[in-house]
Amino acid sequence: MSLPAHLRVLEAESVHILREAAAQAQRPVMLYSIGKDSSVLLHLARKAFRPAPLPFPLLHVDTTWKFRAMIEFRNRLAQSPDVDVHVHSNPEGIAQGINPFTHGSVVHNKVWKTDALKQALDFGGHDLAIAGARRDEERSRAKERIFSLRAPGHTWDPKRQRPELWRLYNASVAPGETVRAFPLSNWTELDIWTYIQAEGIEIVDLYFAKERPVVERDGVMIMVDDDRFQFRPGEKAEMRRVRFRSIGCYPFTAAVASDATTLDEIVAEMRTTKVSERSGRLIDSDQDSSMEMKKREGYF
Amino acid sequence: MSAPLKTSGLLRVLTCGSVDDGKSTLIGRLLFEFGAVPDDVMEALLRDSKRFGTTGDAPDYALLVDGLAAEREQGVTIDLAYRYFQTATRRYILADAPGHEQYTRNMATGASLADAAVLLIDARKGVLPQTRRHAAIAKLMGVPRVLLAINKMDLIGFDQAVFDSIAADFAAVAAQIGLEQVQSIPLCARDGDNITMPGERMGWYRGPSLLAALEACEPASAAPDAPARLPVQLVQRPDADSRYYLGSLAGGTLRVGDTVSNVVAGVDAKVARIILPQGEAERAEAGDAVTVALDREIDVSRGDVLATAPLPILADTISASVVWMVDAPLERGRAFTLALGTARVTGTVTAILGKLDIATLTDVPTATLAVNEIGRIEISLAQPLVCEPYTTSRDLGGFLLLDRLGGETMGAGMVAEAVSSRRHLKWQALDVTPAVRAASKAQKPVVLWFTGLPASGKSTIANLVERRLVALGRHTMLLDGDNVRHGLNRDLGFGEADRVENIRRVAEVSHLFLEAGLIVIAAFISPYRTDRDLARQVAGEGRFLEVFVDTPVAECQRRDPKGHYAKAAAGQIRNFTGVDAPYEPPLAPELHLHTLEHAADALAEQIVDDLRMRGVIF
Repeated sequence: MSLPAHLRVLEAESVHILREAAAQAQRPVMLYSIGKDSSVLLHLARKAFRPAPLPFPLLHVDTTWKFRAMIEFRNRLAQSPDVDVHVHSNPEGIAQGINPFTHGSVVHNKVWKTDALKQALDFGGHDLAIAGARRDEERSRAKERIFSLRAPGHTWDPKRQRPELWRLYNASVAPGETVRAFPLSNWTELDIWTYIQAEGIEIVDLYFAKERPVVERDGVMIMVDDDRFQFRPGEKAEMRRVRFRSIGCYPFTAAVASDATTLDEIVAEMRTTKVSERSGRLIDSDQDSSMEMKKREGYF
Repeated sequence: MSAPLKTSGLLRVLTCGSVDDGKSTLIGRLLFEFGAVPDDVMEALLRDSKRFGTTGDAPDYALLVDGLAAEREQGVTIDLAYRYFQTATRRYILADAPGHEQYTRNMATGASLADAAVLLIDARKGVLPQTRRHAAIAKLMGVPRVLLAINKMDLIGFDQAVFDSIAADFAAVAAQIGLEQVQSIPLCARDGDNITMPGERMGWYRGPSLLAALEACEPASAAPDAPARLPVQLVQRPDADSRYYLGSLAGGTLRVGDTVSNVVAGVDAKVARIILPQGEAERAEAGDAVTVALDREIDVSRGDVLATAPLPILADTISASVVWMVDAPLERGRAFTLALGTARVTGTVTAILGKLDIATLTDVPTATLAVNEIGRIEISLAQPLVCEPYTTSRDLGGFLLLDRLGGETMGAGMVAEAVSSRRHLKWQALDVTPAVRAASKAQKPVVLWFTGLPASGKSTIANLVERRLVALGRHTMLLDGDNVRHGLNRDLGFGEADRVENIRRVAEVSHLFLEAGLIVIAAFISPYRTDRDLARQVAGEGRFLEVFVDTPVAECQRRDPKGHYAKAAAGQIRNFTGVDAPYEPPLAPELHLHTLEHAADALAEQIVDDLRMRGVIF
C-alpha cells in the first residue's frame, strides 16, 4: 500500500525534527515505551539516520508492571544490532514494593514513571529526550511545543514556553535545563495506524483482538496478565475477545471488546470509533487536569 | 472518525479572532462535522461547561480548545493550540491563535507555516482595529491566502447589505497592506450556515462555504524550477569511505548529477546519490527530508547550505522585519545568536529603523521595540550567512533571535534584504601558500586560545608558553586582551556589541597569523561560548586549541593583580566578568588547566608537551 500524501509530509517533518534533536543536543536519548507510537518513532528514526546507526540510545522506563508481551517485544528489539536499549526501574519503587493495587495510580505513576524518568535522564546526563507524544492525545498536550523546555528538575511551566516558528527548533538551554522533543506532535491516532499499515511496522500483539483473561472492574475490563493481580471479593477472570488501543501498566489499562485481528480491521475500526484513545488509560483521569499536573512535575 | 482519503494532502490553517466573535464555536463545529471529537471528550466538555462555561446548558466549545487548567478557570485562551481534522480530500492542521493576549507573538507563530488564514469577525461590529492587526500580521508572515469569515449573520437578519459593506471595508484594508488573495464569507457558525453547506437563509450569497474555500486552497510550495537549497542539518560518516549530508530541501528540485556548491566554503561537487525516507531516488522536491552523497569529498558542515545555480549571496549585513517577543525591550547594540535554517551566527543590531503603528498601518520612527511590537532593523553579522529574502523563501528568510546566554527565543525576523560587502571583491590567488610558509618553519600553525576569568592566569601562562616555544626555535605571535585594546581595538568599549566585535577582529587577525605559518597564542577572557566558537570557525577545524584556564572566582578575587575585582565590587566598573557579567565555561576544551593544583611553569610545560603530541611542533 502506498503512503497517503499527507503522511509523506508528516514523515518528512518528523525526520527533520529527529535530525534537529540529534544535531543540537550533546547527549540525546529516545524514550521508548514499546507502544505503537514508539514503534513508529523508532521506524522514523531509522529512516532519518540510515545508513548510519541511530545516534542516540533508546531508554525504556520499566515500571515492572508492564504487560509481559511488551517486555518480550522489547527484549527482542534489544537484540537488533542497530539499536542500543537502556532499561531503568526506580530502585525506591523496588525497595518499597510500590504496586498499583495497594498504592493506587497517583503514587504508582509518580514513583515508577515520573521519578524513574527523571532519575534515568539525570543519570545519563541527557540534555534532550525524544518522545512519541502527540498533540491529539490530550488537551494540555495540544498546547505544548515540539521542542519543549524543561526547567532544572525537569518541570514544565506552560506559561514559559518558547515561541516556535517555521521549521526552527531551539534546543539551546541554560545550565540545568533540558529539552523534550516530540517528532510526532502533528500526527493523529488514525495517522499512526495508517502509517503502521502502509509501512508494515511491527507492533506488540496486544493491539490485535484475541481471547484474553479479563476482570470487569469499575465499568472497564482489566486483563489478568500475571499472578500478582489482586482480585476483589467476587471477581474472577473470564476469557473475552479483546484488544488494547493504548498500552501501559496492565492493571491501569482497559481492554476494549473487538474482533479486529488484522491491521486492516484495526484501521476500519478506528474510522468508526466514537471513543478517544486514552480513555482506556485510567491514570489520565485520576485527578482534574491530571496530564497537565503530571507534565508540570516532569512526566513526559 | 472520517471516511477514507480519496486524494490527499495537508493544509496548515491559522484561525484568529476573539472568543466573542464565535471562533471557538466555529472550530468546534468543524471538528464535529468531521468526527474529530470522540464521545468521551464530548462528555468531559459537557461536564466542564457546567462548571466553568458561559453558555448555560449548551456545550461551551471554547473549553474544548482551551487545554490548560489556567485557561479553563480564567475563561481566556493564553496560548496557541493545534487541532486536527480530516475531510474526504485532505488532512488539516489548525493553529488556533488567541485573540487578545500576546496576540502578535502567538499569531506570528501560528502564521509562520500557514498556507491560509481564517480571520473571524462579528457581523455586528464589522472591521475593527483588531481585524487590521490580524491582516497586517498575515501579510508580514507571508500567509498566501486570507479568508474573512463574517460570523453571527443571524444577529443582523442575514442582511446582504451589511455583508457587502463589511467585505468592502476589508478589501480596502487588504489593498492598503498589500494582501492579494482575500475572500469574504458570511457565516452563522452556531447553526452551521455556510460552514460546510450553503446557508439557505443566505440565498443571495453565491460564493463557496468556508470549507469549500479551504478545500480550494493549495498548500504553499516553492516553484519546482527554483534553484535547490539544502541547509545541512548533519554530516554523517558511517565508515571511512562515505559521507552523507542530511537536511530538508528548502526550495527547488535536486537531482542526481546536479552540481551543488557549498557557498560558505566556495567549493562544489556533483550529487551522486539521493536517499529519501521511502528509499533511493533520482530527485527530491522542496520539503523532502533528504540524505545526499556527493561525488567527491568537499568541506561541508552543519549550518552550510548546498545550492544549485544561481547561488544565493553570502550576507554580512541584513535588514529585516522583526517581531519582538520578550518583556525587555530591544535596543540598538544588542548582540544575539541568530538562528536561520541550520546556521547559528552572531549578529548585532546596528539600527532600529522604525516600527509598525498598527492603528494606521504606517511606519513610525522609534529607538526601541517593546514586547509584541513589529519593527524594521539592521543586523551586522560576525560570520557570513547564506540567506534569502523572506518573500523568496520562508526557510532561508525566517530567523530567530536567541539570547546568547541560555538560548531563550527573544524575537523572530524576516529577511527583507541581504547585503554582502564583499560582493565586488575577488580572492587573490597567491603563489606562496600557508602550507609552504608553515613547512619552512617546521611547525603546524595553530591558535592556542586561552579563555578564563579576569586574573585567572591567562596572560602569565601564555607568556611562559611563548618563551618556551621561542627557546625551541619556533615562530610565534602572542595577542593579549589588554594590549590589543591599546591599538587595533582602541575604538571599542565593553558593551555587548563591542565585545563581539573585539573577538571578531582578534579571530581574523589570528587567522592572518595562521596563514603566515605562526603558532598564535591568544589570551582573552572571551566569556561567551558563541564568540569562542566563532574564533574556532574562523581558524578552521583542527587549527584551534581552546585552553581553559580554570581558576575559581574566589581565587581570582584574592589575586586581583590590577585591582579590577575590588573596583567592580565597589561599583566603579560595570559589566565586569565574574562580578556582574557572566562567564560561560568551555564544554569541551582541548586543554583544561587547573591553576589551584599546579604552578604556572608546570602548566606551560604541559601545553608544550601537548603540542608535541599533537604534531604541532616536531
